[in-house]
Amino acid sequence: MGNTINNNNIALHIEDLSIAYTKDKYAVKGINADIYKNTITAIMGPSGCGKSTLLRAINRMHELYPEIKVTGNILMKDQNIFKINAMEVRQKIGMVFQRPNPFPSMSIYENVLAGYSLNGIKLKKEEKDRIVQEVLEDVGLWEEVKDTLHKKRTALSGGQQQRLCIARSIAMKPDILLLDEPTSALDPISTSKIEELLMKLKDKFTIVIVTHNMSQAARISEYSMFMYLGDLIEYDLTKKMFTNPNDKRTEQYLTGKFG
Amino acid sequence: MKDRLFKISLIATCALVLLIMGGIIYTLAKGALPTFEEYGLGFITSSDWNPNPNNEHYGALPFIAGTLITSTLALLLCIPLSFPIAIFTGYYFKGTKVASIISDIVDMLAGVPSIVYGLWGFYTLRPIIVDLGLSQQGFGIFTASIILTIMIIPYATSLSSEFIKMVPNDLKEAAFAMGSTKLEVIQKVIFPSASSGIIASYILAMGRALGETMAVTMLIGNVNLIPTSLFSSGNTMASVIANQFGEADGIKLSSLIAIGLLLFFITVVINTIGRLIMKKLKV
Repeated sequence: MGNTINNNNIALHIEDLSIAYTKDKYAVKGINADIYKNTITAIMGPSGCGKSTLLRAINRMHELYPEIKVTGNILMKDQNIFKINAMEVRQKIGMVFQRPNPFPSMSIYENVLAGYSLNGIKLKKEEKDRIVQEVLEDVGLWEEVKDTLHKKRTALSGGQQQRLCIARSIAMKPDILLLDEPTSALDPISTSKIEELLMKLKDKFTIVIVTHNMSQAARISEYSMFMYLGDLIEYDLTKKMFTNPNDKRTEQYLTGKFG
Repeated sequence: MKDRLFKISLIATCALVLLIMGGIIYTLAKGALPTFEEYGLGFITSSDWNPNPNNEHYGALPFIAGTLITSTLALLLCIPLSFPIAIFTGYYFKGTKVASIISDIVDMLAGVPSIVYGLWGFYTLRPIIVDLGLSQQGFGIFTASIILTIMIIPYATSLSSEFIKMVPNDLKEAAFAMGSTKLEVIQKVIFPSASSGIIASYILAMGRALGETMAVTMLIGNVNLIPTSLFSSGNTMASVIANQFGEADGIKLSSLIAIGLLLFFITVVINTIGRLIMKKLKV
């Protein structure tokens, strides 16, 4: 795979990962891949290919649904994430969802700090203020919302809500940020704002993004995975994959022959 | 043509229901009129219920108090029992077999006839109260409230469980994705977003308790005084009507009807509050 790779560059080492929603019906089949630090990795593929399923395994979301079976290993800093406390894993690996889902009962300020309050972590007032301003500046929301921080149920646009959700995740200072089609419910202007934001955020975090949108993957990611029917068909530098894919199916997908 | 006939019959049926409702209110009001003419609003505030012909006087306060005290007590006792069941069936074990069996059983409690609860209360619960030394004969406010509690658990539980189920999954997932435990998700996500629905469920359950008659009549002791303690006997608005309508006439009958009218209004008010809360939630 393209780059020179040493272990220090690897944020996640995925090993023989399989996921079944019902017994013996695998949505993700024996995936092996390394995710590189401070890069954006895009997971692409047609609907039902298992891309979201793969993403949700990384922060162990599948464990909320007892019928889903996950096998294989994911190593983060040489620790098997399946062997440590799931709550701890989820604090280190943040997630942003397809539909913006800020907590409606909380103000913007409280939403940003939700990760702390939900986990019962107490912070001093100054520290809270500092975190809120810092992350809202990071996601480019500070100027827009600084006067309505404490108002409940403020009318934010979908794009603002999604940036708030990103703020909420990065406020926890995770190592990795997972995004599950974060712009599929947004208009083009909001989408490009989120994309710019992600390219900025990769300096601080390792980003894995599931996207339906090939051009989005091309615009923002260094690495791309192409999945089809639960298999990881191809995983390479995005530039390489988009110009000279190894697999016929990747090429067909990228040229719009299916999907 | 057929379409019009169908429409007319629909309208007629709905009108009939309204007529029945109006008729009930009208006859209740008409029957209660002599009482209000005689005592005015003093009927509501007087605690003197005296059928002795020499000194006849009727006041509804003991029964209003009895009804409100037993219903409120039932509501309070019902919360610690039904809330965990609602969390269990609506969240922790949502969609599992265990949860559906439990909610079926809870729903079945709603189908048990009032008289059966009364019998059980009389022959099983009352002796326990006596054995515990809480009261001499086991009748009274407390015994009646416990029976009411059991009777309203299914209403409070299944409604509030629905509200708990309605908390959007993406909010719960968002909280989990930030490392919350199940308990934290309940406290900080589910409860804040379902709370008004849960409150509405309890108010509607209380509405059931207000009018509950048979089981309460068998257990409350039927004393026409304002209860002085948890274990003293009393009477509710429904139970005094059930006990005394057979032998009542004249102003006494009118007073019982007036109590019926008041009970009707109290129930309507409580149910309306519950419904308004639910409507605000667009359920």
